[in-house]
Amino acid sequence: MSELKSGSNLEKVLKAGHFAFTGECGPPQGANVEHLKEKAHHLKGCVDAVNITDNQTAVVRMSSWAASIILMQEGLEPNFQMVCRDRNRLAIQSDILGIYAHGIRNMLCLSGDHQRFGNHPQAKNVFDIDSMQLIHTVKTMRDEGKFMNGEDIDVPPKLFIGAASNPFADPFEFRVHRLAKKIAAGADFIQTQCIYNMDRFREFMKNAVDMGLHEKCYILAGVTPMKSVGMARYMAKQVPGMDVPDSLIERLRGAGKGNVAQEGIKFALEQIEEFKEMEGIAGVHLMAIEWEHMVPEIAEKAGVLPRPQV
Amino acid sequence: MRLSYPSNVKIIQVPCTGRVDILHLLRAIEDGADGVYVAGCLEGECHFIDGNLKARKRVQYVKKTLEEVGIEPERVEMFNLSAGEGPRFAEIAREMSERIKELGPSPLNVKKAA
Amino acid sequence: MIVADRKPLQEILEMIKDFNKILIIGCKGCVTVCNVGGSKEVGILASSLKIARKKEGRPLEIDEKTLERQCDPEYVDQIKDIVNDYDAIISMACGVGPQFLSERYPDSRFFPAVNTTFFGGALQHGIWEERCAGCGTCVIHYFEGMCPIARCAKSLLNGPCGGSAGGKCEISKDVDCIWDLIVKKKMEQGRLDDLLEFRPAKDWTTSRDGGPRKSVREELVQ
Ligand code: SF4
Ligand code: SF4
Repeated sequence: MSELKSGSNLEKVLKAGHFAFTGECGPPQGANVEHLKEKAHHLKGCVDAVNITDNQTAVVRMSSWAASIILMQEGLEPNFQMVCRDRNRLAIQSDILGIYAHGIRNMLCLSGDHQRFGNHPQAKNVFDIDSMQLIHTVKTMRDEGKFMNGEDIDVPPKLFIGAASNPFADPFEFRVHRLAKKIAAGADFIQTQCIYNMDRFREFMKNAVDMGLHEKCYILAGVTPMKSVGMARYMAKQVPGMDVPDSLIERLRGAGKGNVAQEGIKFALEQIEEFKEMEGIAGVHLMAIEWEHMVPEIAEKAGVLPRPQV
Repeated sequence: MRLSYPSNVKIIQVPCTGRVDILHLLRAIEDGADGVYVAGCLEGECHFIDGNLKARKRVQYVKKTLEEVGIEPERVEMFNLSAGEGPRFAEIAREMSERIKELGPSPLNVKKAA
Repeated sequence: MIVADRKPLQEILEMIKDFNKILIIGCKGCVTVCNVGGSKEVGILASSLKIARKKEGRPLEIDEKTLERQCDPEYVDQIKDIVNDYDAIISMACGVGPQFLSERYPDSRFFPAVNTTFFGGALQHGIWEERCAGCGTCVIHYFEGMCPIARCAKSLLNGPCGGSAGGKCEISKDVDCIWDLIVKKKMEQGRLDDLLEFRPAKDWTTSRDGGPRKSVREELVQ
């Protein structure tokens, strides 16, 4: 086994060939540490790492690095997310050093949602660099021990580098190329956008496998169980780059009052079963948004427990 | 053809309402008119294709301007009628006169105590 | 050209509320082309302000003038004999105009009547759209002549974000995703490979981030 890049639990699980299972947690809109700990508590033991979102949807929350540290104190491994919207390259690099110094080992690199629909639309955005350049920056810092300006880093941060991929955004033909580009830039693992259109995802993965991308990088399929018909409709209509087929909305509606959430979970479990067998898929990223307490049940039913100790 | 329309309406002829400018309308108000309206051809029947549509947009602009400074936008209006409709022309003149009478004199003509 | 929008009347009225004799100066440059600050718009603003003030019972005296350009000392000079006749002067040029005027006539009060918005062009009469953000190092040749710095909401240089849907940007269905257009044109032209190449972080020193800019061309300086 060649040397580990970061030594994170997630990296070890993936490297050992286990089917990875990651979760997600949004920091509180305040300094409510207890609430964050409670969410974390539900995820403990069920997932290999927990994504900590960074002012997701451009809504101000506790900073992702601070919430990541709290999660570590609770005995979970964070996957620290960073968006390019709110920081320039100075802040980006110093935060990377800071999180590494505190023991964080996974980092997901994102461009970030535009602030227009967040809760501070009056903000000035940064976008000094884009997500691709962020991936490249983290890799250069780790592997070459250099800052963006070429200067040496005194103890480089060794991070397991993640990136996102949205197979459902347009132009569809370009999406797999963009994935390839992120891998070439330095992504060690990929977490996809929530998948609902399985036909389209199968096609995307077939292209990715044909290009050999799964051999260069671990691809985790994004799953978000639908809680209600309203949520499905909202995602279909209001979230740009989200593909929710009418057939799924019909299926949820058909489940009848009181059973929609269970049907949503059932669909998610069917997806996870398929992902376990799908060529090129190394795990699942479960984004149970404000539904953290359901994660143990979903993990149990998905047959991914107990999580491997590596 | 002699048609009776209110004598308080002062008519200014233009070859096409497309020639009526925002400034013409504003100046009329500025110089003390209580109201001003444009009588153009029916929509789709402009000899110059869209002169009357342009006029309508300019009337809208002036309405908005008046509203911004707290003057009733109804003092400015656009009407469309076909070229041969003498009676309709007189009717519009009466209609507009009535409207303006109800609104009263332009606030620009009301003497303010200093 | 530089594109601008007229400020709301109320805002302009508020600026000049203490004054009774005003000069409004238009500009025959960009703001004439984008129909916001040429002689015609000067006339409309003058009339609108006069109506508003007459209604308040505090009539306003306004003179109108439109200069060749307001971003050139040569033309700014042309009002030197009349500038002192007014309580205040409203400029309808882009943000450059009132600044050049203020610098030349430090004792007069100048007010901007337009909001300067972007560098762009006319899609059709009455509709203008942004094209350039003045970054100081043009790179549009890499992107089939389209500028992702000005026209992508996130200034991305390495391809469309995950919010691109149906050719539209995630910020609004009224905004084209420029990356969708770039990718499509690259595909049409058989140059998609260009986009697979990693584009490194941009050097922003030539843009506004590097501080206020100045262009000196020695061969012209006298
Ligand atoms: S690359 Fe820079 S200079 Fe060129 S169009 Fe875009 S913003 Fe303007
Ligand atoms: S949707 Fe397109 S234009 Fe909008 S931010 Fe994303 S890549 Fe840029």
